[in-house]
Amino acid sequence: MWLTRPLQERSTQVFLGVLFAALIAVTALHLLMPQDSALYVSAYTVTLLGKYLCYALLAVAVDLVWGYLGILSLGHGAFFALGGYAMGMYLMRQIGDRGVYGDPVLPDFMVFLNWQALPWYWHGFDMAWFAFLMVLLAPGLLALVFGFLAFRSRVTGVYLSIITQALTFALMLAFFRNEMGFGGNNGLTDFKDILGFDLRTDATRLGLFLATGIALAIGYVICRAIVVSKLGRLSVACRDAEARARFLGYRVERVQLFVFVVSAMLAGVAGALYVPQVGIINPSEFSPLFSIEIVVWVALGGRATLYGAVIGALLVNYAKTVFTGVLPDAWLFALGGLFVLVTVFLPRGIAGVLQRRRAAAGPREATA
Amino acid sequence: MSIARWLRRLILACLLLVPALATAQVADADAQQLLTALAESSFAGKKAVIGRIAGSGDERARRWLEAFADNKLARLESSGRFVIVLSNRGRNWTLADALTGEPLGEVSRRDVDTIRINNSLRNELTSVLSVLDLKSPDPASRLAAARALRGKVDEGLAERLPGLMADESAPAVHQALEEALAIYRVAEQGDVQAVATLSGSLNSEARAALRNATASDDPVLAQAATRALERIEQKLKLNRAAETLYFGLSLGSVLVLAAIGLAITFGVMGVINMAHGELIMLGAYTTWGMQQLLPGQPGLALILAIPAGFLVAALAGIAIERTVIQHLKGRPLETLLATFGVSLILQQLVRTVISPLNRTVVTPDWMSGSVMINEALSLTLNRMVVIGFALVVFAGLMLIMRRTRLGLEVRAVTQNRAMARAMGIRATRVDILTFGLGSGVAGLAGVALSQITNVGPNLGQSYIIDSFMVVVFGGVGNLWGTLLAGLSLGTINQLLEPWAGAVLAKILVLVFIILFIQKRPRGLFPQKGRAAEG
Repeated sequence: MWLTRPLQERSTQVFLGVLFAALIAVTALHLLMPQDSALYVSAYTVTLLGKYLCYALLAVAVDLVWGYLGILSLGHGAFFALGGYAMGMYLMRQIGDRGVYGDPVLPDFMVFLNWQALPWYWHGFDMAWFAFLMVLLAPGLLALVFGFLAFRSRVTGVYLSIITQALTFALMLAFFRNEMGFGGNNGLTDFKDILGFDLRTDATRLGLFLATGIALAIGYVICRAIVVSKLGRLSVACRDAEARARFLGYRVERVQLFVFVVSAMLAGVAGALYVPQVGIINPSEFSPLFSIEIVVWVALGGRATLYGAVIGALLVNYAKTVFTGVLPDAWLFALGGLFVLVTVFLPRGIAGVLQRRRAAAGPREATA
Repeated sequence: MSIARWLRRLILACLLLVPALATAQVADADAQQLLTALAESSFAGKKAVIGRIAGSGDERARRWLEAFADNKLARLESSGRFVIVLSNRGRNWTLADALTGEPLGEVSRRDVDTIRINNSLRNELTSVLSVLDLKSPDPASRLAAARALRGKVDEGLAERLPGLMADESAPAVHQALEEALAIYRVAEQGDVQAVATLSGSLNSEARAALRNATASDDPVLAQAATRALERIEQKLKLNRAAETLYFGLSLGSVLVLAAIGLAITFGVMGVINMAHGELIMLGAYTTWGMQQLLPGQPGLALILAIPAGFLVAALAGIAIERTVIQHLKGRPLETLLATFGVSLILQQLVRTVISPLNRTVVTPDWMSGSVMINEALSLTLNRMVVIGFALVVFAGLMLIMRRTRLGLEVRAVTQNRAMARAMGIRATRVDILTFGLGSGVAGLAGVALSQITNVGPNLGQSYIIDSFMVVVFGGVGNLWGTLLAGLSLGTINQLLEPWAGAVLAKILVLVFIILFIQKRPRGLFPQKGRAAEG
């Protein structure tokens, strides 16, 4: 089966091995170590790591389109946020009458705005299966419509990047409006439980962390499977010589559209897993800055490698946590510097450096 | 015929002479006599004296009568001198001579004998004062006085107005007086003829009077008033449309200013400079800095900020080009990322070095205020200056690109770099100069923007997406396209705003552009021929 093909690859095996080892290690350290031990991993850290893994999945999604399709999307934050909002709506409906105003159906912010009934697009989100379906469908549909229009008229390169940025910017402005019915400025928050589990307990947090890890593993395998398939090779062809691929008779726009939609759905899943762990979703996830930050994670890790995206996302976000804690002012300097240094001096990212090392050590392994 | 003309000229000459005479002061002795009469007559006699003072044409008359109405016209018991009380607090009052205006310092209040007044005199004074301005030699103050009269005409004034109108030489003042009288006639006497006078007026008092008249018992009057109101509504609608257009052009010219530099660096050179917005910000901060260097002279500082802003932004742009962009030639997506990093650094630099808060840039006097076209339409001056500035900058850029050696070289290098170099053009130097030019224009945009929005670290960020949209919409590499795109996007935005709200209007414009790009990926004016390749 095409999905299991990557499992025979050495690089995928290594990646999955490291990922699962880390998941098990964190779980064990959290559950088995006494609280005062230096090796104890607190629930806070578990959630933080879970957040990083969400970002890693998002980075993999971006790498799929940027690395293998040559489409620099500056709007993947929009798909991430849409997935997050779908999950947030489900979590809001789960609050039920435990909100501040105690309305059994309407979320607090709607009561506050004096709304009498639930808007039509909020129906169905009280059912988990529907909400989870929406996590995939909402970003997927947006990507489908947007991609269909863009790729059909052959908008590529820088133009596409700028349009995706305008897309996420427009969505940000839209979601900031109270009339949209997504909580406006404050977004959705005050979640109580998910699938019946209390979100504030350590066990649920650990569960979410593990779920994110597994989602990352599955997402990685899916991307890898696409990349090694014929479709993957075709998308690389589109990236490197779009006109030639078209002249050879391939429908370039269909390839682009398919990969773009898959990537958007993965981003949506990442967003959906992100929301219950951080406990809030608001329009700032749509901000163009966030979307462009994702790209720099991928650039630092090394594009067109997938595992590089994961490394980049983890490294940059760890650095962000450290920096914003110690020197809040310096973070933007560091991030800005990172953009410049990586693009000028490390065009192939960390993964590129690793590959060069291996190429120097033994030429046979270089193609792995 | 010729006699009629001769007569008309004579009248005109007389009318021109009247203001000249009016500026003269009556002799001090006469003035003293008038004021003495005012002080010593009975209340009934005072009424006549007020009329004489007002009719004297003395430019000090207004001040005397105003002081009199305020209980501040007085005579010193010791010297018999007439004074105006500037401050009547405490035991000693601050005085000034009523005739010469010279300050007399503080005088014990026992020595000051205030000229007495009653309420009926006060009422008389208000109407006399309002008419007094109508006799002022300055047409502008006459116009203001005439406009202020509308809706405030009473019976006494209504009798006097036709006489004043006959004396009036300026047509605008005449018309305002006519309207004032017509409002009175419509409101108080239900005069149908007067409705016709008001039917072209945009004044709110006139509209109120007509609206009341529509409910009148007299069907002829009500019908005439309704028709007049309809005409006014029509006129107002036109004015509102003109105002929207003006706001649209103003917003559009801001967009043009912000985008025109980008049209050079992105459109002509093909370099994606995400730090463009921050170059605009640098220009705005240069203006602020200039005003800090030259306190008290905001106008001069603003003028100096134009070359300074250009230089600062151009140097910053050249530094970016040399350190980052030249290493990423031919890799547009990487250029985009790297320059975005630069923009983050510049923003944070301003936050750390200057302040994360907005700075206030003073608008010089000659740019504040507004030009009143008619009563329903007044155009703010600062926006008008920005529109003009945008057009001048555009024309300048156009000249440079079309008529100078640099422009020729830039076009040559963009079309075929290798061939241009073979012809002896130093491509690197052209790169530096072009990028400096585009960046400098961004600095100019910043100087202009500092006059109409807040100057803060986020200034540039809010314009970068819009600027790219304008350039892409207009067609990359086409300066005319950028001008047209900026102006039309600004106007569309303003047209949508009344019924969609500011945020939704912006969203709609963005969606419109996104859809437009799908239809015409190369913008309004796509490049043709050799420039389109590559």
